[in-house]
Amino acid sequence: MDLPDKDAPLPETLSSAGKDETLHAYREMLRIRRFEETAARAYTRGKISGFLHLYIGQEAIAVGTSLAMQPGDRIVSTYRDHGFALAQGCDANACMAEMFGKKTGLVGGVGGSMHFFERDKGMWGGYAIVGNHIPIAAGHAFASKYLGDGAVTICFLGDGAVGIGPTHEGMTLAGLWDLPVVFVVENNRYSMGTPLERTLPAADITSRAPGYGMVGDRFTVEDPFQVRDRIGAAIRRAREESQPTLVEILTYRFRGHSMSDPAKYRGKGELEAFRASDPFERANRALLELHGMTEEQLEAIDDEVIAEMDAAAEFADQSPQPDPDYRFENIMIEGEG
Amino acid sequence: MPTLQIREAIREAMREEMVRDDKVFLMGEEVGHYQGAYKCSQGLLEQFGEKRVVDTPITETGFAGVGIGAAMCGLRPIIEFMTFNFSAVAFDQILNNAAKIHHMTGGQFSVPIVFRGPNAAAHMLGSTHSQAFDSFYAHIPGLKVVSVATPYDAKGLLKSAIRDPNPVIFFESELMYSVRGEVPEEEYLIPIGEADIKRPGDDVTLLCWGQSVPTALAAAELAQEHSDLSAEVIDLRTLRPLDTEAIIASVKKTNRVVIAEHGWPYGGVGAELVDRIQRLAFDWLDAPVARVCYDDIPFAYAENLEHLSIPQPEDVHAALRQVAYRD
Repeated sequence: MDLPDKDAPLPETLSSAGKDETLHAYREMLRIRRFEETAARAYTRGKISGFLHLYIGQEAIAVGTSLAMQPGDRIVSTYRDHGFALAQGCDANACMAEMFGKKTGLVGGVGGSMHFFERDKGMWGGYAIVGNHIPIAAGHAFASKYLGDGAVTICFLGDGAVGIGPTHEGMTLAGLWDLPVVFVVENNRYSMGTPLERTLPAADITSRAPGYGMVGDRFTVEDPFQVRDRIGAAIRRAREESQPTLVEILTYRFRGHSMSDPAKYRGKGELEAFRASDPFERANRALLELHGMTEEQLEAIDDEVIAEMDAAAEFADQSPQPDPDYRFENIMIEGEG
Repeated sequence: MPTLQIREAIREAMREEMVRDDKVFLMGEEVGHYQGAYKCSQGLLEQFGEKRVVDTPITETGFAGVGIGAAMCGLRPIIEFMTFNFSAVAFDQILNNAAKIHHMTGGQFSVPIVFRGPNAAAHMLGSTHSQAFDSFYAHIPGLKVVSVATPYDAKGLLKSAIRDPNPVIFFESELMYSVRGEVPEEEYLIPIGEADIKRPGDDVTLLCWGQSVPTALAAAELAQEHSDLSAEVIDLRTLRPLDTEAIIASVKKTNRVVIAEHGWPYGGVGAELVDRIQRLAFDWLDAPVARVCYDDIPFAYAENLEHLSIPQPEDVHAALRQVAYRD
């Protein structure tokens, strides 16, 4: 994987974007990063328990994807789902409160970090058994084709999910039935602590695409507009031609798999090299170098975002726990539905 | 009243519900062009087309998940497993997605889906194709579990299952698809969760469902004839939610219980029944509850060995005598 260093020329997709859209995308990436950092601190203080998988380093993918979506389109994601929820416009307070296990959480405190759902925002999970959401996403796409609703389902998975059965079966059916779905593998190089050299029989995951009757598209993430354009093309193919696509995005997570993972498996200098090509830092550079913004202005934005996330943590902390009887709710639906 | 086979009753239930609601569709292996491995879907492809009668490749976890994902969007899938033995491959989809999504999403999504197909042993299919999944699925909160033994029940309960807003596991039996029975021409529904007294009696309550219903009825006949024992045969019809009220009412009348179960004994549905009976009717019991189950072993292919592993009417008759202290 060839990584541009930190002084490399900015990618064309980023340099040709206007100031407002660059600032918007930058701010959304920043919100995700600060949200995750706030969550990590809350975790170390014992406010969040269970599993916590951070999205730091991969933000441009969620932000770019949301830019390419239309109302009615859906994201189906893994347990590393916070970034998608925020990019789709889910309230940071409700997201944070969900992880604190509070009544005010996105799903009332029953889901936690790994199960973010907000139907009306196009945030359709939040699945935590690796690979078992691929058939679900294919099912959403099946319904879209059946109903003719024109919606596209964008399903994210990790490089660690490509070997498991449901991934294969879901993609087989999506390809066989020409379903309007985009599968996006976020290849962050590690299946938990195991590098892809020890999990993938063929390094290029999109080499599987023809076998599923799909178009493949593989690229290293550079900036959110590049992601918007590449995933946008796949979304168009789904919407206009009812053809699925298998996209592989080469990315990197700067934190461990989860909070309990010190990530000692990384190669020497690896993290530093990827940090140097951080799409977030590139967007920062674009604002400074191309759009005449100052360090002070960006710091002021950062202060606002940090304040938003601190407030979210405070909101979550102050929120009540779910009512005791809430544990019995939403198990069965009464009557004919 | 016309008589139908169980497979025809199932077909008519699906046909009527597909006519009634265009969101209902059937998906599974060989359901369309092949007309169904057991011909339950015969003629449906011709009537409804490939959009609504969907043949799948051999991908149980794939099409079970597709059904769940489609149900979350408001469709009403009927997923046919050629046998519930193959549902083991899709178990994670049913356990972690179908049963939990309504809860896990804080009620934002529902999963109105039916998983149906033959369950339990058939005839000399060997250990991997002879299993009863009753207790596996009945164990899971978030599911309803139905098991049918007559054409009348099959049609009325399948129609209710298709209209139910929750995921429903619907057990049929390969050995019983040809069983005939009366089915009214006019539309009717049977509510999920209600047991049915298949044969009234006074001396012993005999609980059964699915394949053990004909076994229990034959045993009741033997008991009447040879032991002068009157068994009340209750077909549970639904394993989750259980009709505890009907069970306990009968136990309080007879004071003795036998459970005929086509399934393994360890952790079986019968064990749950015993627990409820001892908790709710302890003072009414005149004998320990007896269970007649599959042998606690993987099934053998050989005809004699398989036959020995399955509760026979004679075994159930012996249990009826045992709880009545006739030996």
